[in-house]
Amino acid sequence: MSRIIEVEGVSKSYGGVVANKDVSITVERGGITGLIGPNGSGKTTLFNSIVGYHPIDQGSIKFEGNEISKLPVQKIARLGLLRTFQQTRIYGAMNCVENMLISLPHRKMSLLDALKTNTKEDYDHADHLLEFVGLYEKRLLKSGDLSFGQQKLLEFAMALMNEPTCLLLDEPTAGINPTLINGLIDRLRRANSEFGITLFVIEHNMRVIMNMAETIYCLAHGELLAQGTPDQIQNDQSVIDAYLGAH
Amino acid sequence: MAKNKVILYAVVLTISFLAPFVFPTFGTQLATLWLMIIVAMTWDMTGGQMGYNSLGNIFFYGTGMYVAAVISIGMVYNVGDYTNAAGGGIFEFTDQQYFTGLVLGIIGAGLFCSITALIIGYITFGLRGPYFAIGTLGVAIAGGELVSNWDWVGGGQGIALPVYPGDLDEGKVFFYFLFAVTGIVLFIFLKWFYRTRFGAAINAIRDDEEKADAMGIHTLRYKLITWAIAAFFVGVAGGISGFQLIHFEPLETAYQTINLGIFMVVCVLLGGKGTLWGPIVGAILFHLFKEVTWNYFLGWQWVALGALIIVTVVYFQDGVLGWLMHKRPEWFGIRVENKSSGDAR
Amino acid sequence: MDQILSNISLLFEFPVVNLKIVIDGLMIGALFALAAYGLALVWGVMNVKNLAQGDFVIAGGYVSWWLVQQGVPPLLGVPAAFIVMWGIGWVAYKLVISRVIERDLFTSLLATFGLAIMMAQIMNLMFGSDTQSVDLGYKTLYFFDELIDVPIAKLIGVLMAATLAAGVIIFMKSSRMGQAIRATAQDARAARVLGIDTEKVYAFTFSLNAAICGAAGAIIVMVWLIQPFYGITHSIRAFVIVTAAGLGNLPGVIAAGLGIGALEQYGAHIFGIGYQQAIAVLLLLLVLIIRLFQQLRNRQVLK
Repeated sequence: MSRIIEVEGVSKSYGGVVANKDVSITVERGGITGLIGPNGSGKTTLFNSIVGYHPIDQGSIKFEGNEISKLPVQKIARLGLLRTFQQTRIYGAMNCVENMLISLPHRKMSLLDALKTNTKEDYDHADHLLEFVGLYEKRLLKSGDLSFGQQKLLEFAMALMNEPTCLLLDEPTAGINPTLINGLIDRLRRANSEFGITLFVIEHNMRVIMNMAETIYCLAHGELLAQGTPDQIQNDQSVIDAYLGAH
Repeated sequence: MAKNKVILYAVVLTISFLAPFVFPTFGTQLATLWLMIIVAMTWDMTGGQMGYNSLGNIFFYGTGMYVAAVISIGMVYNVGDYTNAAGGGIFEFTDQQYFTGLVLGIIGAGLFCSITALIIGYITFGLRGPYFAIGTLGVAIAGGELVSNWDWVGGGQGIALPVYPGDLDEGKVFFYFLFAVTGIVLFIFLKWFYRTRFGAAINAIRDDEEKADAMGIHTLRYKLITWAIAAFFVGVAGGISGFQLIHFEPLETAYQTINLGIFMVVCVLLGGKGTLWGPIVGAILFHLFKEVTWNYFLGWQWVALGALIIVTVVYFQDGVLGWLMHKRPEWFGIRVENKSSGDAR
Repeated sequence: MDQILSNISLLFEFPVVNLKIVIDGLMIGALFALAAYGLALVWGVMNVKNLAQGDFVIAGGYVSWWLVQQGVPPLLGVPAAFIVMWGIGWVAYKLVISRVIERDLFTSLLATFGLAIMMAQIMNLMFGSDTQSVDLGYKTLYFFDELIDVPIAKLIGVLMAATLAAGVIIFMKSSRMGQAIRATAQDARAARVLGIDTEKVYAFTFSLNAAICGAAGAIIVMVWLIQPFYGITHSIRAFVIVTAAGLGNLPGVIAAGLGIGALEQYGAHIFGIGYQQAIAVLLLLLVLIIRLFQQLRNRQVLK
């Protein structure tokens, strides 16, 4: 397997607060990689650095071998590196199908393609993916009226519609009804295996991440604490201490 | 439903076609109404559909006027000599020269404005919200001030175009149809444009540009193209206005920041932002209000206009169509969550 | 073009001309800074970007001018304009601004643009469209073989502007209302929770802003010219200054105000007085572009 994201020695601080310090992480192509850590350990900061929401102080970030740490958000997104938001962001005034159609991969379209109306295949594809996340029944409702968990699923479906090479998920199970979590894990796995999308996931729910990821990185106080397979991480004394000592 | 629509379009087209013949005395007012409809629809392209509220679209109107003038005069005479003589004297245009100049001038005005929009937009579209509005307002004011100091195009005195060669009433009808055809072409174009993926993408930019960025939509490219198309039509409308008015000067007629420049925004707000028909309804209402009440204000009409802007913005910002959409969502095909739509397939 | 080149070469042949331009620019820039400070106040406290700012300035000028026509001593025009414009600002707040504070920014921008058009037209109807000024009748001081002239009236104007600015700053620092205003600017909701009547704070802030502008206008009419439609240029200058300096940066506002004044005088000298408005607007675009590139380096946009 080749490396798709290579983060090397990245540091980022806000004012005096060090959010990331000398963090190095690699995400393997085609796999599922997890990122865990107590609250405030700098996970979301690292995500934002990767997708270009702020400049980094030091280090380098490569996507498919190209340096992206100086690029703005939209250029990175157009390379096929997509993210979902911790606070879900969907187009609340539109219905689910319209949300899906907006998510068509514009980066793969020529201007002439963009000036076409959506085809029947686009609608079918949208319906299919809404079915996949279990929102088919709700597809003609204004998406702003959906529950938080449903909006989260919709955002996930939108990300799939966009056909990214690599998808960064910021806490996909937060706010989702616990009875639905198993289904979601299954869908994330299928997104990875059936659609071939590399996943890089921030997750608080240990059961979810241990079940899903092949490699896990653990951050604490902005620094990389440990890395390894789920088993190694679960038995790593420093990780356990970090979680217990966090409160 | 489809049948009703066909009837509606047929009625509107027939009225548009017959109006100048039924109301010959109002020829100029009717032409101005079409001008308002055009600028309102183009303003809505960025303001309503894309969420970029420009206060400077009037820049393209003024620029279009001047480009059309320079092209049509420059094809026959030296523009500097022509403006030096202030339109007086020996400058004659044959019918053929007039119409060639008119066609090339108007098209040239549109193209020039499109290109200008791409250049200016490259900078201004980095600005968001109020900064964009103020920045574009600055562009419009700067345009007027610079042109009024530019003697080659007549400076503050303005410039005079050749006069329509036929008789006066015929000219009025001619310009009415120039505006009307431009307006109808624009309407048909927008009706298609808003239904494309491109149209959906600019709506996405309006609703949440950061998300659109994060999904890899070419936001800057789409914004530039949309503005360039809007600028094309405003430039064309400006060019036609130039020929219709014959004489115009930079600050009050061409780059009229506080007249037409703000009227177009008020029209759109009055009719309903971000809808196809809203700008048209708004332009008709606004123009009617203006023409009917103008003479009763005895010099206070501009004050009344400022008041109308404030009242529209503060109390009636959703406009007529926005209000209807709220009252009768089913007319617009919007579904609200209830039992019957919950299990619709 | 030749004219422009010879104007530039004049600056090098007679370096003392530069001094004159800078002095003139700084004196007028001090007044720009006053209006800009008012804008920054309103912008920061209630997030309203007021496009009628310049029209408040001009209106203040007309208050003072009208009083002088009635035989009131010119220097009394400044406090009078302060008081009258306070009232006008309060009325404008109650009728318009209070209804747009919670709305999106374009609403407040457009509503204040409507207000600006209305005020300019009313002044045009009341006072006519001629330019007006008030002659204080003081002497002019000359330096460097009469190459530099400093009218005492201008010195008095700058002094009054400085006094007013100092007064406002002390007020904001030490009075209860000043503290309430600053608290509201930081977090309106928290201020409300702590029992501050933010509605009152907003009304006060906007009135204070109008009053500051009015006083600035009353000084401007003594040292320069006013005309009903000059307002928009003053508004744009205020925006330039605040955009360049950033909110809540008082020394920055003063520095930017003085800088804009000097740059405008240079521009007027080089390109001719007819370009004065254009220069103000082009400075706005320049400042926006510079800020844009700064933000771009932070992977951000200007919003």
